[in-house]
Amino acid sequence: MSLHHITLTINGAVERATVPANLTLLQLLRETLALTGTKNGCAAGECGACTVLLALPGAERGEPVNSCMVLAVECDGAAVVTVEGLAHDHQLDPVQQALLEAGGVQCGFCTPGVLISARALLDRNPRPSEAEIREALVGNLCRCTGYLRIIAGIQAAAQLGAPAGPAA
Amino acid sequence: MLKTHPTPARGPVGESVARLDGQEKVTGAAQFADDIQFGPGLLHARILRSPHAHALIKRIDASRALALPGVRAVVTGEQTPGYIGLYLQDRHIFCRDRVRYIGDPVAGVAAVDEQTAEKALDLIEVEYEPLPAVFDPVAGTRPDAPLLHPDLGQYEAVNFIFPKPNTNISNHFKIRRGDVAGAWAQCAAVVEREYRVPHIQHVPIEPHVAVAKWDEKGKITLWASSQSPFAQRNLIAKALHISQSQIQVVAPYVGGGFGAKAGVSMEALAVVIAGAVKGRPVKLRLTREEEFFTTFVRQGLVARFKLGCDTEGRLLALENTYYWDAGAYTEYGVNMTRAGGYSGTGPYDVPNVSVDSICVYTNHPVGGPMRGFGMPELHAGLEQAMDDLARSIQLDPVEFRRRNCIRGGDTVATGMTMHPTGLPDCIEQAAAAINWGHKAPPSAPTKRRGKGFAIMWKAPAMPPNAGSSARVQFNEDATVTVSVGGQEIGQGTFTVMAQMAAAALGVPYEWVKVAGPVDTDYSPYEWQTVASRLTWSMGNAVKAAALDARRQVLEMVAQAWKENPDDLDIVNGQVISYKTEEARSLKDIVIYGLPNPDGDGWIGGPVLGRGSFMPTYVTGLDAETGQGPRAVVHYTTGAQAVEVEVDLETGKVEVLRGVAAFDVGKAINPEMVKAQMEGGLVQGISTAFFEGLKLKDGRVQNPSFVDYRIATAADAPPQVEAIIVEVAQDDGPWGARGIGEHSMVPTLPAIANAIYDAVGIRMDAPPFSAEKVFMAMRQAGVVQ
Ligand code: FES
Ligand code: FES
Repeated sequence: MSLHHITLTINGAVERATVPANLTLLQLLRETLALTGTKNGCAAGECGACTVLLALPGAERGEPVNSCMVLAVECDGAAVVTVEGLAHDHQLDPVQQALLEAGGVQCGFCTPGVLISARALLDRNPRPSEAEIREALVGNLCRCTGYLRIIAGIQAAAQLGAPAGPAA
Repeated sequence: MLKTHPTPARGPVGESVARLDGQEKVTGAAQFADDIQFGPGLLHARILRSPHAHALIKRIDASRALALPGVRAVVTGEQTPGYIGLYLQDRHIFCRDRVRYIGDPVAGVAAVDEQTAEKALDLIEVEYEPLPAVFDPVAGTRPDAPLLHPDLGQYEAVNFIFPKPNTNISNHFKIRRGDVAGAWAQCAAVVEREYRVPHIQHVPIEPHVAVAKWDEKGKITLWASSQSPFAQRNLIAKALHISQSQIQVVAPYVGGGFGAKAGVSMEALAVVIAGAVKGRPVKLRLTREEEFFTTFVRQGLVARFKLGCDTEGRLLALENTYYWDAGAYTEYGVNMTRAGGYSGTGPYDVPNVSVDSICVYTNHPVGGPMRGFGMPELHAGLEQAMDDLARSIQLDPVEFRRRNCIRGGDTVATGMTMHPTGLPDCIEQAAAAINWGHKAPPSAPTKRRGKGFAIMWKAPAMPPNAGSSARVQFNEDATVTVSVGGQEIGQGTFTVMAQMAAAALGVPYEWVKVAGPVDTDYSPYEWQTVASRLTWSMGNAVKAAALDARRQVLEMVAQAWKENPDDLDIVNGQVISYKTEEARSLKDIVIYGLPNPDGDGWIGGPVLGRGSFMPTYVTGLDAETGQGPRAVVHYTTGAQAVEVEVDLETGKVEVLRGVAAFDVGKAINPEMVKAQMEGGLVQGISTAFFEGLKLKDGRVQNPSFVDYRIATAADAPPQVEAIIVEVAQDDGPWGARGIGEHSMVPTLPAIANAIYDAVGIRMDAPPFSAEKVFMAMRQAGVVQ
């Protein structure tokens, strides 16, 4: 397996890694860098537990992607935000705070992916309708909550406005 | 019977405080089993599984696999002569002479990485001799059916399970009460129905993962995503013929369980593989595909109902037969069929009852505990048949349930007296909230609206003496650490335990934390995190431990202040005297004690409370009649109502509104109780419309999220109303009983009844896909 040297920004910090060509971004995060907040629920692009924000070089904004379906080599020069990067200076992102207050967290395994999808939605659409929220979450499976409190949390987050910290 | 008088709620009991584990779960800091770092020494395991539904193993040759660079060990059934199982020891950890389902573990490989382990599986040669198989539970009971477990008569079983040697029936639970045969003649109406419920899977978003390590002295550590660290320690120790204390199970947060991670499923595989590479941790992680058929699934059911009532709609007789498609091993499933038996009437008062609940071995995936433990399956058909019976005498289905539902003081079919229950109130509240009896116009001329109703009951199903224990200890700053062996699987038990400890002690909720991860070497014993039993059982233990700590504090302070402990109290973290109005912060005293009031030295010391709880009053039931004084600890009851809209052109059914009302005894944390009700209702919707393992000749055809769909954010109904009813449980902490599982039990039949109300069709099995609904409407002439 050929090895590749890549440099990317993860939650604002520059990381260098040497990765085999078949290593996924999810494996890079969880196994190489021990950033285990991002979860592996299927490794097949079907559950959304591994969702991260990925901004490829030149992109203005990060897009939510299933990191299990992205190869690490493709991320050379990219900027990635994971759940660990949402809070700034011990200030929770409004979407984190609102999800907590709405009771949208139970086992918490879908939560990192849900939060990233929600952040991405609010970044591109600060006042989403309920239908738009549901649409943005369709790729994030949650077996515990029944989604209603997650949806309510994102609606509340929209009221709270933009996060305090620097965007990735 | 043990009676604890409900202590008046103080402080955080009854308040919707914030989740204890919330902050770490939204920041990604919460640790799950796969997040634990083991360093470069970690080996990875994969499992070779049977491609046959039923076959003899003639020969296994692993020599080529062992020769593959990077492979460290290969294990087979040769290493696992012992049997394992919770209620019936009917399986080997790795198959020895025979495989019984597609996916049965035949060999395990440990290698330096997952790919190498996977490659090695292809190099293991196994010779099988295929055998005829059983794929239907009714057929499986016939005398000429192929026998799956010729040794059934020799298996060890608990004394409330009745296997029938030389058959495929590993348990047959019966109720015989009154004169069923004689009662039919008195009935004004009788309905007979058959329904089938497919196998489904729990689908926790976190797949199973286990890491095991043996040290040179033979001590085993198992890190696992586990609802049952203590049961796993116990069962694995027994199977390996070692002492329980030789195994330490460490179980961090569970990313969803729903029963899939109870008992032992894949964890023992990791332990056995690690035994072949002592000193090295070995990780076994199931793929999502393996999740769907190699761990527990919810067993299938073929249910036959015969119900009769008089002209007033009063139930006179019930004769139900349940054939459980329990799969290749029924070590856990036997008790589900027992629960399906003793609760087999549903929450109804019926004088003449015959129930047969039959656990049948089939060459299907292994049936195990899943949210509801048999109740969603049997209520699915029962609550539809009850609706049909009501309608057959032109009685409103809600009125029918009002007249027949079980009430406190009634005698249930097993002979036990029903405790006070809020079921009648749940029925009233759910009916009112859905505006029962009023039909709103559909949103389009091509659509039809309908409302459906269903009620339920469920008791914790467990051995009669399943116990809980807890420790409550103070830290120097007077914060409190609660240690328990029950697991946080998302239901919020750590939060509820902290609330109870805070209330019983008299300290702010914010001062209490719950020690994690659960660790069998450090945490007090807990049977399992199942059966919706923790709030009640572990709650009793935590409350007792907190009261024990409180007593120690008050006795010490009373001695120091020369007062009577009865005049003292702990309020908001301060000890106060109602007599002298003296007050002192706990901070000063809970670790270091107090100066001796009568001279030199000190009194008191670190305060450490202990508590345990075990029900002592559950009795056995007669093997032929199912009769006995007390079958179960208690029943949680409830009702659900839904409003649906059916699209005549496509068959698509939309749930517009759901209402859930449950009697939880006392809601310790009302918002979290409601969250359970909502989550369960949506899971119920998911099983009603989407879920079912498609089994063909024993093979699951749809083991992926693409082919096995679960509800997404788009499928959750626009509106769910959760209603809390509180009729106190006499031996529950503050009167509380559980709610986790119950909330999905009545959903599917309520939806089926609403579809009937809308378009007048019944289907004999879920899932009610648009296609199936459309075909049924066409068959019934509702559409062309
Ligand atoms: S892990 Fe499921 S989509 Fe990536
Ligand atoms: S909270 Fe458990 S999967 Fe969403």
